[in-house]
Amino acid sequence: MATAAVAILKTSFAKAVQTGVPVSFFKVDDPAKVPGTPPGEIGTRSHFEKLIKKPSDISSRSPLQDFHGIITPSDLHFERHHNGVPAIDPATYKLVIHGMVERPVVFTLADLKRFPGVSRIAFLECSGNFRSGKEELSPQDICGLTSQSEWTGVRLSTLFREVGVRPGASWFLAEGGDAALMTRSIPVTKGWDDAIIAYAQNGEALRPEQGYPVRLFLPGWEGNTNVKWLRRLELGDSPWQTREETSKYTEGIRDGKIRQFSFDMDARSIITFPAFPATVERGWIEIKGLAWSGRGKVRKVEISTNGGKTWAIAELQEPVLDKAHVRFRYLWHWNGTETVISSRVTDDTGYTQPTMQQLLAARGPEMGGYHLNPVTGWLLKPDGRVLHKPESWR
Amino acid sequence: MRISLLLLSGLILSGTVFRQYAGTRPERIPALRADSLVLPARFCIGRPATPADIRAWDIDIKPDGTGLPAGSGNAVSGQAIYRAKCAACHGLQGEGPQNRLVRNPQKPKEKTIGTYWPYATTLFDYIRRSMPFNAPGSLSDQEVYHLTAFLLRANGLIDSTATLNAKSLPAVSMPARPLFVPDDRTGGAVVK
Ligand code: HEC
Repeated sequence: MATAAVAILKTSFAKAVQTGVPVSFFKVDDPAKVPGTPPGEIGTRSHFEKLIKKPSDISSRSPLQDFHGIITPSDLHFERHHNGVPAIDPATYKLVIHGMVERPVVFTLADLKRFPGVSRIAFLECSGNFRSGKEELSPQDICGLTSQSEWTGVRLSTLFREVGVRPGASWFLAEGGDAALMTRSIPVTKGWDDAIIAYAQNGEALRPEQGYPVRLFLPGWEGNTNVKWLRRLELGDSPWQTREETSKYTEGIRDGKIRQFSFDMDARSIITFPAFPATVERGWIEIKGLAWSGRGKVRKVEISTNGGKTWAIAELQEPVLDKAHVRFRYLWHWNGTETVISSRVTDDTGYTQPTMQQLLAARGPEMGGYHLNPVTGWLLKPDGRVLHKPESWR
Repeated sequence: MRISLLLLSGLILSGTVFRQYAGTRPERIPALRADSLVLPARFCIGRPATPADIRAWDIDIKPDGTGLPAGSGNAVSGQAIYRAKCAACHGLQGEGPQNRLVRNPQKPKEKTIGTYWPYATTLFDYIRRSMPFNAPGSLSDQEVYHLTAFLLRANGLIDSTATLNAKSLPAVSMPARPLFVPDDRTGGAVVK
């Protein structure tokens, strides 16, 4: 109890209130009398909640199984970097737009914020977002490289008009200001369509890991094209064939071919409860999870509780947004026998999330590791353990 | 509805950019579909980029060689630089541990410059902007030409005596080039 009393003494008002209150007043068995944190400059998570990302040297995964909504708390947004996170001073930040334009322009951060703004809620997913191969994998391990935020910034179309994009310009190069100076070629049509030069995420400035102070945000497109720490856009009439669109972020398909510029993220879903490492009891279980499509809206999510033999429609939680994570739920009574549960999504283009076997059949034995979105199964054991049903494809 | 349409077309007519669309239904006007507001032609925000602004950052290279600097390189000089600045991470023969760079005769399908890279210009661009990983941007254009020549040579793509420059580099034939196809999927019921 002594520690709790010290915490509250931090504010002078609380100190006055507490003077003369014996420490023994705080009864351990009455939570109403246990002081928590005082009003602060920033909020805190309850110390009972252990929400953590899983980092590697180059990435960090969102704890999908711990989320209850569609917005990823900014500090839990996944990360993928190509040479670390730079520390960019917003006061000296600039964005240069040049190439096939009437007027090459340098914008400061303050300049960008003066333009009419736009906000939208959309997911962002790395196209290398698939792990499998063992039973002890959580949603975070399998596909934690997807997250969702409200992104705010200026439409790229507004800046395109400002600089006067020339009619012959069909591609632009987006360059990051990280140590790797990472680059991707993007069709100009995406810039006119819905691209955002984003400076805010969930109502505040971007997190450094998300490209502070400015990133490119391309709704529905593979994570890598959403260039962070954006410093330069060059308009041109053909793609640059950068390393990240040739050596990486390309996938083997049939007949020895290699597919590139696979921009759209295919529709995908995953049950996040019950899922490893959770355990369950027989009886009523609300199966819950996330579904999304880079090509549009989620039309329906189906659930199978018998290893894919039959499927039933899950309820979609509003809002069901375009190119956004949607939550689904399905109420189910488990009788305690071993079974596999899984979800599959259909988007509004009519595309249905495939199984790993369907992906393999379509792409052939040379199938690469990018853009894998298979139906994911969870094995419920009679003792209540929930295990990933591993896929083998290599 | 009628009132808002009227209001909108009034705004459209008053904005100079949209004169050409007078009488067009609002949802048919491209600018209005992209932006919910009626925008002026320009806001005149931002300052003109000077040639110096652009030169400082414009380091990208196109497959046709656009952007390649003056200078030239060869595999022999490249090997010495490679040993000093790259081999610690990529191995003396480009075998790794970090990304294998040189074709592995035992595993011809392993992704390397010789088996998977469709354009030789990408190599110059990537080495110059991103390598060495611990000191990117520290190489001179001359060193990058030498290193590019060394790695192309090690992959059997050029002769050991070849000179690489802004003309010859884009002309190097890359075995993986014909394998690359653009994504043609547009949604719908197919799995591809
Ligand atoms: C400190 C370790 C380190 C050093 C030194 C280093 N590299 Fe790298 N290199 C890496 C890493 C790590 C990657 C992968 C980066 C990524 O995927 O974003 C890489 C990637 C590459 C690639 C791309 C490989 C592919 O298949 O896409 C090339 C080419 C390359 N390095 C060349 C060089 C050259 C040339 C030098 C010497 C000037 C060099 N590297 C020095 C660590 C290093």
